[in-house]
Amino acid sequence: MSARLRPKGEGALMPFVVLGDPNYEQSLELIKTLIDNGADALELGFPFSDPIADGSTVQEADQRALASGMNTDKCFSLLKEIREYNSDIPIGLLVYYNLVFQRGLSSFCGDAKKAGVDALLIADMPIEESNAIMGASWKHGISQVFLVAPTTGDARIKQIASLCSGYLYIVSRLGVTGARDSLQVSTLELVQRVRKHTQLPLMVGFGISKPMHIHDVIAAGADGAIVGSALIKIVSKNLVNRRKMLKDVASFIAELKKATVSKPGKN
Amino acid sequence: MKHSGKFGEYGGIFIPETLMPALEELETAFYESKKDGAFKKEFDHLLKTFVGRPTALTFAETLSKKLGCRVYLKREDLAHTGAHKINNALGQALLAKKMGKKRIIAETGAGQHGTATAIAAAKLGFECDVYMGEVDIERQKPNVFRMKLAGAGVLPVSSGSRTLKDAINEALRDWTASCEDTYYLLGSVLGPHPYPEMVAHFQSVIGQEARKQILEAEGKLPKTIIACVGGGSNAIGIFKEFIQDKDVELIGVEAGGLGIKGGKHAARFADPKLGRKGVLHGTLTYVLQDKFGQIYNTHSVSAGLDYSAVGPEHSMLRDMGRAKYTYATDSEALAAFKLLSEVEGIIPALESSHAVAHLLKYAKHCKKDDVVIVNISGRGDKDIFHVADQLGEKI
Repeated sequence: MSARLRPKGEGALMPFVVLGDPNYEQSLELIKTLIDNGADALELGFPFSDPIADGSTVQEADQRALASGMNTDKCFSLLKEIREYNSDIPIGLLVYYNLVFQRGLSSFCGDAKKAGVDALLIADMPIEESNAIMGASWKHGISQVFLVAPTTGDARIKQIASLCSGYLYIVSRLGVTGARDSLQVSTLELVQRVRKHTQLPLMVGFGISKPMHIHDVIAAGADGAIVGSALIKIVSKNLVNRRKMLKDVASFIAELKKATVSKPGKN
Repeated sequence: MKHSGKFGEYGGIFIPETLMPALEELETAFYESKKDGAFKKEFDHLLKTFVGRPTALTFAETLSKKLGCRVYLKREDLAHTGAHKINNALGQALLAKKMGKKRIIAETGAGQHGTATAIAAAKLGFECDVYMGEVDIERQKPNVFRMKLAGAGVLPVSSGSRTLKDAINEALRDWTASCEDTYYLLGSVLGPHPYPEMVAHFQSVIGQEARKQILEAEGKLPKTIIACVGGGSNAIGIFKEFIQDKDVELIGVEAGGLGIKGGKHAARFADPKLGRKGVLHGTLTYVLQDKFGQIYNTHSVSAGLDYSAVGPEHSMLRDMGRAKYTYATDSEALAAFKLLSEVEGIIPALESSHAVAHLLKYAKHCKKDDVVIVNISGRGDKDIFHVADQLGEKI
C-alpha cells in the first residue's frame, strides 16, 4: 500500500467518510464522487455508537448511518461495491475495537480482505493491546496502521513505527476529530519529528479542512492529508438535496486535490 | 506502562494514542503515591476530618427481626456529600495536586460522583467541570445544584442516550484535548488502566473498616456481603478486604430495570443475549450491546446504575466464582427504598436500594445467627423528587 500512497511525486489526498452516512445508497454515490474527483486513497469509518476519538461531526455521521440501518455486514457489502467501482484505490478502514472484537479478529480481517480493504486502523487500540490484531491482520494480508499524536514521545514513535505498515496516521493536534480554522505550528514540527524515525508514508489528519492546511503539511514532509469532518459537514448540510451534496463534495475534493500539487492562491 | 491493567482476560488499555502519555503519567504518579507515607497520611487525615470516616456499621434491628437474620448496614450514606464517591474523589484530587494539574474534569450519572468531585475540587483548590447527560440532569436536580454551589461547571451532554455513557464519552474527548493541564477524575472501577485499580484502591477503605467493625460487633466475619453494582466501585470497595476469606459470600446486585426479558435494564451479567464480553470506554469487560457490537442503551430507575458496562474486576470475580451477581428490578428497589426508610429510619440511595431489595429475597435462605452486611453506598435525599414522582406523590 505504501507505494500507492505516493502518487507521481505529489501529495496524496485521503478523504474520510463514514460508511452508510447518510444511508447505504447515498454513501456509495458519495464515495464514487470522491474517487472521481481526485481522491488518491480512501479512509472509511464503520459507524459506532460511542466514538470517543471523534468530535460531534463524525459522531452525528455515525448516528445517521446507524439510524439508516447500517451494521458491520452492510459495511462489508458496501466496501465490495466500492471495490467493484474502482479496483486499485487504496482503502483504509477506521474502526473502534468493539466492532472487530465482536466479529472475531480473524473473521473481521478476512472479511475486510475479501472486500478489498488494504489497511486497518483501530482508533481505540494503542500498541500495548495490539498483539492479537497484528496476528490476524498479518495472516490476511492487511496493513496495520497506528496513530501518532503530538503527545507521543520519540522513543514511542519509533516503537509504533516498527509495528505499523501501510502508512502512519499523524494526529495533527490534541483533541478529537473536527474541522479547525488554523493549523498549529506544532503540527508541522510533529511531521518533521516523525519523519526522522520512519520511511513509512505519513498521513496527517484531525482538523485538516482547507487547501492551505494540505499544502503546509505536505511541504513539511507529510505524504498526504486526511480530510474528514469538513467533508462530512457538506453531507450534513445537504441531507435534503442529494444533487447539491454530490456537486459540492465534488468541487471541494477537486480543490483539496489541487493543493496536494501546488500552493493554493489566497482565498 | 508498567502494568497491563488486566484482571484475568478483562481490563486493559483501549484508548486513542493521544491519551497514552497521560495514562502513563497517571500510572507512575499513582504507584508512587501508594508507596508515599506522606500521601497516605494526608489522605487518611482528609477521610477522618473532612469525610467523617470511619462511617458507622449499623445493626438493623427491626429489619433483622423481620427477616430472621442479623443485618448490618455499612453507612456510606453518612460520608460527606452523602455517598462513598467522596473517598475516590478526594484520593484522586490529592493525586492531581501532586501531579501539578490545574483543572479537574469528571463524568457523572446520579450526580454523586460529580458532587464528590466538585467538593474535592473546592476543598483542594481546582477548577472543575463535570459532564452530565441531559436525562440525568433532569432526574438529579438537587445534585446539579450542589455541584454548582461548589463552584463547578455542569456541562450538559446531549449526544447519544444522554446518560452516564455519553457523559464519559464527552469527558474523554475533553481530556484528549486538555490532558496536559487537566486531570480526568473517573468515578468508578471502569475505564482504561490504571483507573479500575486506582479507584478500587481508594475505595478499599470501606471494606477495611467494615471488617474491623463486624469483628468488634459480632466476633466473627459475616456470612454474606451484598452491594449494588453499576460500574461497581462501592462493591469492589467493600469486597476487596474479604476476597481472601473464602467463606464470606460476596453478592453484587445489578439494575434489573423493567425486567430482563424486554431488554430495558442495566444487568450486564443477567442477560446472556445483550450482555457479552466487549470493549467500552477503554476496558474489556461485560457490556450490553447488539450482535455487531453497538453499545446498547440501558434503563434503570437509578441513574447511578444506568451504565452499559461493568468494572472489569467484577467480570473476573464472576468468572472465578468468587463473587455472585444478581439483579433487582426498578419496582423491587423502590419497595426496598420505602421499607428501609420506614423500619430503620435510613433513606438509602436508589442505587443502594437494589442491594437492600436483594437482601429481602436472600434472607429467606438465612438462619437466625447468619450475619449479612449490606453496603448502603449512598443516601436517598437526592432521589426524593424522583421517587415521589415514581410513586405518584406530589411534594
